[in-house]
Amino acid sequence: MDMKSLRLKATLVGLTYLFRMKAKSSATFRAHLEKRDCVVQIRLKDNSIARYYVFEGGKVVSRSGLHPNPQATMMFKDVDTAVTLLTPPVNYAETVHAGKNFRVILMGDDEVIAWFMKLANKIETDGWRYGEPMSDGSIRYTQMTNGGPLHVYVKDDKIIRTNIVEFTDDDQCGWTMTARGRSFSPRKKGLVAPHALSMKANVYSDKRLLYPMKRVDFDPNGERNPQNRGKSGYVRISWDEALDIVSNEIVRQKQVHGPGAIALAHPSHHQWGNVGYYLSAMMRFGNAVGVTRVVLNPDSWEGWYWGAMHHYGNSMRLGATGGYGTLEDALQNCELMVYWSSDPESQFGAYAGTETSERRLWAKELGIKTVHINPHYCPTASFVGGKWLPIRPGTDTAMALAIMNVWIKEGLYDRWFIENRTTGFEEWKEYVLGVTDGVDKTPEWQAVETGISAREVRALAREWGRKKTYLGCGVNGGGFGGACRNASGIQWARAMVMLMAMQGWGKPGVNFGNLTTGAPVDLEFYFPGYGEGGISGELMATGSATNNYVRMPHLPSVNPVQQSIPRQRLPEAILDGFAEGYFLDPMAAENQMRPFFYPSPGYSKVHMLYKYGASYMSTINGSSRFERMYQSPELECVVSQAIWMEGETQFADVILPACTQFERFDIGEWSNSGGFGLHWTGQLNHRVIALQHKCIEPLGESKSDYQIFWDICKRLGLGTYYSEGSSEEDWVQRVYKSTDLPKHISWKKFLRKGYFVVPPETDGRKAGVDMRWFYEGRPKDLPEPYPLPAGYSGRFLHGLQTQSGKFEFVPNSLKRLQGNEDRPPVLQYTRAFEGPHATDLYAKYPLQLLIAHQRFSFHTAQDGKSSAVNDVLDHRVLKDGHYYHIVRVARGDAVARGIAHHDLVRVFNDRGSVICAADVTERMAPGIAHSYESSALYEPIDGPGTPDLGGSMNLLSPDRMQARGTVASAGSLCLVQIEKWERPEGLVAPQEQREFAS
Amino acid sequence: MKKWNLVVDVERCNNCNNCFLVVKDEHGGNDFPGYAAPQPAKGARWFRVERQERGVAPMIDASHYPVACNHCDDAPCMNAETAGVITKRADGIVLIDPVRAKGRKDIVGMCPYGHIHWNDELQLPQNWIFEAHLLDQGWKEPRVSQVCPTGAIEAVKVEDAAMAERAAREGLRTLRPELGAKPRIYYRNFDRVDKIFIGGSLAEIRDGVEECAEGVQVELWLNGERLATTTTDTFGDYKFDGLEPDSGEYEVRLAAERFAEGLPAKLRPAKSEYLGLGRLG
Repeated sequence: MDMKSLRLKATLVGLTYLFRMKAKSSATFRAHLEKRDCVVQIRLKDNSIARYYVFEGGKVVSRSGLHPNPQATMMFKDVDTAVTLLTPPVNYAETVHAGKNFRVILMGDDEVIAWFMKLANKIETDGWRYGEPMSDGSIRYTQMTNGGPLHVYVKDDKIIRTNIVEFTDDDQCGWTMTARGRSFSPRKKGLVAPHALSMKANVYSDKRLLYPMKRVDFDPNGERNPQNRGKSGYVRISWDEALDIVSNEIVRQKQVHGPGAIALAHPSHHQWGNVGYYLSAMMRFGNAVGVTRVVLNPDSWEGWYWGAMHHYGNSMRLGATGGYGTLEDALQNCELMVYWSSDPESQFGAYAGTETSERRLWAKELGIKTVHINPHYCPTASFVGGKWLPIRPGTDTAMALAIMNVWIKEGLYDRWFIENRTTGFEEWKEYVLGVTDGVDKTPEWQAVETGISAREVRALAREWGRKKTYLGCGVNGGGFGGACRNASGIQWARAMVMLMAMQGWGKPGVNFGNLTTGAPVDLEFYFPGYGEGGISGELMATGSATNNYVRMPHLPSVNPVQQSIPRQRLPEAILDGFAEGYFLDPMAAENQMRPFFYPSPGYSKVHMLYKYGASYMSTINGSSRFERMYQSPELECVVSQAIWMEGETQFADVILPACTQFERFDIGEWSNSGGFGLHWTGQLNHRVIALQHKCIEPLGESKSDYQIFWDICKRLGLGTYYSEGSSEEDWVQRVYKSTDLPKHISWKKFLRKGYFVVPPETDGRKAGVDMRWFYEGRPKDLPEPYPLPAGYSGRFLHGLQTQSGKFEFVPNSLKRLQGNEDRPPVLQYTRAFEGPHATDLYAKYPLQLLIAHQRFSFHTAQDGKSSAVNDVLDHRVLKDGHYYHIVRVARGDAVARGIAHHDLVRVFNDRGSVICAADVTERMAPGIAHSYESSALYEPIDGPGTPDLGGSMNLLSPDRMQARGTVASAGSLCLVQIEKWERPEGLVAPQEQREFAS
Repeated sequence: MKKWNLVVDVERCNNCNNCFLVVKDEHGGNDFPGYAAPQPAKGARWFRVERQERGVAPMIDASHYPVACNHCDDAPCMNAETAGVITKRADGIVLIDPVRAKGRKDIVGMCPYGHIHWNDELQLPQNWIFEAHLLDQGWKEPRVSQVCPTGAIEAVKVEDAAMAERAAREGLRTLRPELGAKPRIYYRNFDRVDKIFIGGSLAEIRDGVEECAEGVQVELWLNGERLATTTTDTFGDYKFDGLEPDSGEYEVRLAAERFAEGLPAKLRPAKSEYLGLGRLG
């Protein structure tokens, strides 16, 4: 017998002793060993070497040879493969490669295989120690959230507190930026968003789903009563029953209806982490099962995606800007900062917490002047002050045209840039001056539209034209959020980039930004963002292929079902049986013009909806549609896998309770989204990567999302394919190994400490300033692999991602989109379909309601869960035992309606009614009201169409798209009326909403 | 003996509520015997952020500032009726004994600032304890200042004399000093809250077109004396800030005997006033 065969035999014998020794030394290993009696066979394909292991009562014996009836078998093609794979530590590259090529096969009962693989992995993982013991007897763990990193103090399996992470001498952090003779340095701690600090209350919320449940009148084998969804209550069932119902239904759908019958739908955001994320574990599950995907529209980018990108490219960022180096450039060079529909103090750059707030105070100290163009004197305006131009919502493009009009007439623009870096300006100019349509877009002309005086717009245009100006748009200053999400969003975003192009975009002090991005962090340190697909193995619909799939060996996964439903049209797809969508495909600007249709030829319509998370009722515009959808008999089964009972959960037939990220392992980096948001870590003062510890055991019977998917897969025989035998902690280590972390911090230390601060970038290595290369005519020198090599019309790295390689005032890509009058090549100002000029509607509903991104909740994640956030004075108002959502009303409008501060009001239009508490304020211009989207609650007083006490403002917003040929949502603005509302006699708040002490 | 104080800078507060939320986090469901019993899950705001708006659209500002138990040195809540129930530590922190105070709803009304809160479930009066339990464990500052992203809240442990010196030097103020309670929470830039402004905008016709009147000198007079002069900005806006409410009849007029529609204007402002647009004559 050759040496390798001998070695294999010895290894197989040795394994028995290894199990026994480990059982002696570790109670947790022993506990796992005792969980199952079974026989596991390990053998070569030709049976030339074979040994089986008998596990019984926590003991293990092994014998050479074949067992007649093992519950699980691990079969190797040959000795080489067996020796390679059985020699510790696990070599995943070899293991996955062998698996893909059938050189190792796991056969038998999926549960037994899962148990055995965990036992084998536990030989190593059982020794892992994590968390730091504190002097008060608690253990301090680490977590990463949408709002930033947290330390989590736990005692007796209970979270005592969640706190920010203060960096120590062990962390290489801090930097200094000099500007105009001053020096600025960030605080040496992670500055989080408020919603991050309410997570403890969220974990222990009385809205938590703690047990699997079934709708009382849902009988999977008999009457299903879809019409009662949202009405009938629930009965607790066992996990076995729940998993049986769901896995049987998956099989039934595929066998009765055929491919495409199961739709998998998810919110944009859930929890944080590269393993448990929707683009990771959920995507892998969907691909394993084969699903009709409910695909996202770029709902926070809309105008930039469908509009701005055609002028200058950046399709890979959905039309938003990169922001590289703009923090330093702004502090050093900019003289005026225009916040146009930009409120970074509310939306925190999406994930950057409050890291950027103090920079706005630095700018103030440096004397950088500020203008806010916003119908709402927003928290950013309150914080930094400056000139407020309370523009009428939806008319921003008119003001932008008038500014350009002044610049053209008074020569206040960068002629050199126009001549050398742009195309189409003459044609554009003719429109602005009214040569083509007879309407000179003067400040006087815009005043009628915007409500802002001609003299102020002229003053702004001159100030802007003479000063080095930064234009901050939306959440992070150069893209998503803000006015791009209303009916005029495409126009607005197009106008914004044209303003920039007229001022020499990229020259010192002239750029997009609001100080939110472009900090000197090391952008080249590799750690994947969530957009890179985690463990999904999905190479097309995530960014996995570029780095993640190459760096972390794992099985690929493919969804064979080529049928999709645009999320904006999910209700119509179910109710009408038809939907038209347009792709969110960032590879090229042209790809968004390609329509797709539901149903896709040859596929079944959808008859089962598997919903992950439950936020649609308040995050998708025109959301009363979803209620009708859920009660449709077309949906034979609705599964909701959710952490909390939220607005939409109540429509499910089966509820699978998921635990929060505090109750499972994961790994993730702060503000690292990857994909469309590549280098969003540049918003932070410091890159922070966290090993997201499992801080407590899952509450009740809840389980991690990964475990739920795995358990369903086991019942379909897909368990081993889905998991690769890895538990979440195994995956966390696999992710760790794929990154640059091991070069800087050992696994043992990372596991214990829980986080790593990526050392800041040194001066000579900082990224260049966004667009500076273009302004100066150099090859692109930014660390973004965009556009794709073929996206350059001319020489690689030269010019923008447009046909001409220049900034196109009249985009060629839109010229080729013939016959779409909603997106003409020469931008036209058109009045919004739902605004003051919609005469009949406006007479009935004379208030424009802004529906902005939440400030104190990350979408629905923290709101409405009896958590501390409810008590934030600007979030909800407690009245008669119920926490009401807030609508901000201008004082004059309130007085005219007899509404006092914190009165209950009905906000309504033809689409529905929402009961809110009025915040009477001077911070709204007359005729305008403001509220946040993403209430987690949907509580119609008495069934569909009756007033909602929960605060789902999107019940009121239009489901119409911004433009034909797009799925550009227009939900952030609508017309409403507001009236004082008295609580009807006898109406009580839902039980769980009642307060126990006033 | 060094004692704890908070210094709040109104201009640096962005109303993120991190301070409010960490107090909820710290005391929600947690019992710290000898310091504080758990806070009610709902409604309680031991440490909260107040809002002040001044002016009317489009000339307004809005400020935010945290308020909480002031840990007064002459605390009205510390009296004969609360002897042994409310104590002041050597480091300045005022604690309400969570055992001895049981049932003492009367204590709630003793705080003229309204910062003693009634816990109905536990029948206890409660205050924000400056996170004394954490400071005693070696924490370097209370959580409210630790989580503040902008330095709007600073926790300072110094001798009383040093604090008094700093307050004088930096123009720090305490809330309602007339009560004589000697609060230990100090505020910078509190003028943003309790002072008022008078503002307006000026326009002029140039070449037949209405323009913002920049660089026009505007004066504020009180009782026949010129109080201040300012110059309109790019947008023709002017503003006189830091005035006491109800402090007399003010007159806004243009310098150099210029006139504008609506100016000079006389007013007795009780709150901030925006005089609107005046066209230069």
